Amino acid sequence: MSATVKTLVNQPYKYGFVTDIESDTIPRGLSEDVVRLISAKKNEPEFMLEFRLKAYRQWLKMTEPTWPQVKYPPINYQDIIYYSAPKQKPKKLNSLDEVDPTLLEAFEKLGISLSEQKRLSNVAVDAIFDSVSVATTFKEKLAKEGVIFCSISEALREHPELIQKYLGSVVPIADNFYAALNSAVFSDGSFVYIPKNTRCPMELSTYFRINTGDSGQFERTLIIAEEGSQVSYLEGCTAPMFDTNQLHAAVVELVALDNAEIKYSTVQNWYAGDENGKGGIYNFVTKRGLCQGVNSKISWTQVETGSAITWKYPSCVLVGDNSVGEFYSVALTNHKQQADTGTKMIHIGKNTRSTIISKGISAGKSQNSYRGLVKIGPKANGARNYSQCDSMLIGDNAQANTFPYIQVQNNTGKVEHEASTSKIGEDQLFYFSQRGISLEDAISMMISGFCKDVFNQLPMEFAVEADRLLSLKLEGSVG
Amino acid sequence: MIIENSEVILSVRDLTANVDSNQILKGVNLELKAGEIHAIMGPNGSGKSTLSKVLAGHPAYEVTGGEVIFQGQNLLEMEPQERARGGVFLAFQYPLEIPGVSNVDFLRVAYNSGRKAKGLEELDAFDFDELIQEKLDVVKMNPSFLSRSVNEGFSGGEKKRNEILQMALLEPKLAILDETDSGLDIDALKIVANGVNQLAKPDNATLMITHYQRLLSYIVPDFVHVMEGGRIISSGTKELALELEERGYEWVREEEASEVGV
Ligand SMILES: Nc1ncnc2c1ncn2[C@@H]1O[C@H](COP(=O)(O)OP(=O)(O)O)[C@@H](O)[C@H]1O
Ligand SMILES: [Mg+2]
Repeated sequence: MSATVKTLVNQPYKYGFVTDIESDTIPRGLSEDVVRLISAKKNEPEFMLEFRLKAYRQWLKMTEPTWPQVKYPPINYQDIIYYSAPKQKPKKLNSLDEVDPTLLEAFEKLGISLSEQKRLSNVAVDAIFDSVSVATTFKEKLAKEGVIFCSISEALREHPELIQKYLGSVVPIADNFYAALNSAVFSDGSFVYIPKNTRCPMELSTYFRINTGDSGQFERTLIIAEEGSQVSYLEGCTAPMFDTNQLHAAVVELVALDNAEIKYSTVQNWYAGDENGKGGIYNFVTKRGLCQGVNSKISWTQVETGSAITWKYPSCVLVGDNSVGEFYSVALTNHKQQADTGTKMIHIGKNTRSTIISKGISAGKSQNSYRGLVKIGPKANGARNYSQCDSMLIGDNAQANTFPYIQVQNNTGKVEHEASTSKIGEDQLFYFSQRGISLEDAISMMISGFCKDVFNQLPMEFAVEADRLLSLKLEGSVG
Repeated sequence: MIIENSEVILSVRDLTANVDSNQILKGVNLELKAGEIHAIMGPNGSGKSTLSKVLAGHPAYEVTGGEVIFQGQNLLEMEPQERARGGVFLAFQYPLEIPGVSNVDFLRVAYNSGRKAKGLEELDAFDFDELIQEKLDVVKMNPSFLSRSVNEGFSGGEKKRNEILQMALLEPKLAILDETDSGLDIDALKIVANGVNQLAKPDNATLMITHYQRLLSYIVPDFVHVMEGGRIISSGTKELALELEERGYEWVREEEASEVGV
């Protein structure tokens, strides 16, 4: 591309500020004592400590996966801070007024208003700052419907039986290196329980914020949808700009019982590092949903824009007959970002169906890989999958790869896979220019068009946000 | 139509331009006044499309000399968007396909970009719909084309009609039509020509690029220029086109040679 197609400058990452707040931080490094310390700090029941220790011992025996199409220097796991929490009175907060105003301000600055009057009227928010949940809104209103929405720490105190039953049931502690690490040291996260035949009256949302420079973030999310219930959940995240890399290794588990439906959306905007690839979040996340019940449905929608490195495969295990798994993804990489992301659809029950729509956008010198597994098990009579993986390249230095893995062990199963690669080129942009359309508008129109099938799946408030976010991220990649 | 003392819309002087450091335009001179229709003819590879892209500001073309004045402004200093908003329109020889962007959105954003530049209020989707329905008539285009992606899967002729639809909407001061006739069957050619004739007004100018005489029977030019080797080697009235049709480009070349005494 000619010089003009390179000039626009990337919009600075506007969430890169650090909040100055006193925190309770434990020394760097990981050992059995650290695991015990985290558990003790959180006053956890005994079974939880056992869970952590078992995971830690497993983790020691495991090695980091090397198959993803990403490159990074070795991570020193002894150099990470495994627990950091804003210092706050340990007692339970009675209202949001008791939350440290500096924290409220920090979230306000991120556009997440936790104050009673200003917050989005139909979205309940659990705000997580470094390792702990600082506030959850609309709790009472939700409680009226029997919906539990709180931090995992609180759930451990108030509903230990639910945690004991479901935690680790979808992602076993030794599932993979990062999941084992998370199981050992996770500090907080969100817990959702939707009772039988209840449609959750509002969107639930967790907002994650990493603040401390050298701390890792290991959050844990567990969502349980009882028979005939429905919930839509959205996760958002940002981090300050640091020159060093921070590790984010989350685990998300979803359980959908008979006729239940869970819709899980993510708008991921972690700091991605600068244009030379310095700094940024390593996002190594395990997300898995279990469609345990008949006719259940789990739908993952993700818009991945941040992180220096993304390693993430939100998956569905379709056990219940007629259950449905969906994965809608937009992954955008710019500069030197690397993403290896996709999904796994494991068909076990009869007539299970899955849909995969993946849109990868690569700009700058970035590397964007789709990796997906569709497995039709021997008993999955009549199972069907449709996959569509489209890549869009912006400029001449970006890379896109597609790695589809298909395993069919039942001859009544049907798997369809389509893929395409397109490019936003200088001539297309000139066509827009010649009609008086600015480059920003041109790119935003092309990207929105490309991502339409995925954005249509996002809750309305966030679809607009996602659209804007992508345009922002791409400013500067073409010109 | 030739109007006495009308405003000069475009004046090109000694324009030279390179692509990938090859000189393609080697000193082009041209003047268009309000109300006039000019035709540029010339064999393949003579630089006609290059001239049109240079005028529109395509970033791959480097202007190395000369000047272009558009309505009193130095066109070469303007960004392609500014040129477009200022009234320069290029109907592309090969219109681009834009998957995922609906024709109607494209048209609306283009139209509103122009309005914004003029300090006018943007039209909302409803008002725009009314406007565009009118414009569809100019090229007898089926409204179903509005909801399809820009040019995607359009036939060659449909793409050309879509270009004229955009022109009807944007009402340019200077319309450059690059081989708009190629790929059209006779019915489509008549529709497109009729559209262009409707849009030619006393206050704008049209520059038609073609290498066939055929178009000129439907859109009658006031002036005809012959381009060859990156220069305009001969200019005249519409009779020049007929002469060309009969005797070929070779004849113009010889004429020019004898004139300069080579
Ligand atoms: N991108 C390019 N790189 C090199 N040469 C080019 C490029 N574009 C056009 N040319 C050359 O410029 C000359 C004029 O091309 P063009 O303006 O398209 O001619 P016309 O429209 O009259 O057929 C041709 O010889 C063509 O090969
Ligand atoms: Mg041409």
